[in-house]
Amino acid sequence: MSAGLFIAQRLSAAVLAFAVAVHLATIVYAVRDGLTAGEILARTHGNAAFFAFYALFVAAVAVHAPIGLRNIIREWTPWRSPSLDLALAVFAALLLVLGLRAVFAVYVA
Amino acid sequence: MMRASHKQPGFAAALLHRLSGLALAIFLPLHFLALATALNGAAALDTFLAATSNPAVKLTECALVAALAMHMTLGLRVLAIEFLDIRERTLVVLSGCAAATLAVGLVFLLNAG
Amino acid sequence: MPASKNESMLSVEVWRGTDTGRFQTYGVPRRVNQTILDVVSEIQREQDPTLSYRFACRVGMCGSCAMVVNGRPRWTCRTRVSQVVTAAGGLRLEPLRNLTVVKDLAVEMTQFFDKWRDARGAFEPGSAPARDFAVVPPSTPQRQAADAGIECIGCGICYSACDVVAWDRDYLGPAALNRAWTLVNDVRDAGREARLAAVSGDAGCQACHTHMSCTSFCPKGIAPTYSIAGLKRALLWRALGSDR
Repeated sequence: MSAGLFIAQRLSAAVLAFAVAVHLATIVYAVRDGLTAGEILARTHGNAAFFAFYALFVAAVAVHAPIGLRNIIREWTPWRSPSLDLALAVFAALLLVLGLRAVFAVYVA
Repeated sequence: MMRASHKQPGFAAALLHRLSGLALAIFLPLHFLALATALNGAAALDTFLAATSNPAVKLTECALVAALAMHMTLGLRVLAIEFLDIRERTLVVLSGCAAATLAVGLVFLLNAG
Repeated sequence: MPASKNESMLSVEVWRGTDTGRFQTYGVPRRVNQTILDVVSEIQREQDPTLSYRFACRVGMCGSCAMVVNGRPRWTCRTRVSQVVTAAGGLRLEPLRNLTVVKDLAVEMTQFFDKWRDARGAFEPGSAPARDFAVVPPSTPQRQAADAGIECIGCGICYSACDVVAWDRDYLGPAALNRAWTLVNDVRDAGREARLAAVSGDAGCQACHTHMSCTSFCPKGIAPTYSIAGLKRALLWRALGSDR
């Protein structure tokens, strides 16, 4: 990848290292004795700190995942043309939109 | 005869890192779609959670949680080599990452089962 | 002395042909302190003069004899049969990977050295070369970094072992990037900017995924992985506008 993509990848990785650690701890704690929508939403509803954290999480993932996929596709398949970069930009936008939509969903529900 | 480069611990680390990342990238849009069912109210999310509470799904979730832990720990290895100039003994580090992965997966399974 | 009739013969599979071809099996008597170079030389001189292979110094200085032995790239002159032979007395000899096979065990090294050039792996004195010897204390961090990678003799083992080269033939590869790193750390060199640009990009240092086969297999004990990591850091600082 280019120097710019590499930096974006490693920077988002650093953000995710922190976010994923928090997320894993939350998951493991939250799934005790089963998981209901009520339990999730009780924590996330109207919680601005939660919203900010997960919005940042989603943004980092939307940068990190497509760049990782780019490496895999370029190295393991014949697809290397600029159309790959375009397709991955679309995937990044998809992750961002779906992700922010999900964060919003549990914020307002 | 498997080529020697594929028997290297660094190759195993990179392969596991790549495959876990791939699994997560495929899973994520589905995860976002599932959570967004809450837009239709808490009951909608509850319906989805109930529908996916069978053992096969729980096992898949456990695998994904383990994949996340694996991807993170192996990613920290890459960051350490590249930016902290750490000259690590890969096999030791790899074992540590595997242990952390299993621990996280196990804790999830015990809590969610 | 051979212990028994069965243990006294090696079964040696040797690649014959070019990029397409087949393995041909030879029987070679096992001898004390035998090296792989001894084995392949015996085949060519005593059994099959049509076999093509390379060697020169015989003593681990030139790197000409590099080839893949039982799945791993090695110098045949410095590899004892006893080190690598299978329990059944088997050896498999193949040409170096990721390079076009000229014939049998000899590969075309041009691409390997072209990438050395493309990575700007040559010292550049600049437009105003110094008039006197530069004073470079060996203990300085930069000189230590350069010294750690300077002993490369271009044998191609790291290049053969690199999976990223196998997956992307444009990737510059560990040797070329390692050499570029030694020059980035050479305080006398005037070509730093252009060199950093040359080692960046889809074919550049960022493509390294730290498999570390290069570092494991280098017969000179060089660690291209860490040289490449140094280049990644140098490019990061460069992008952030720093001169580090």
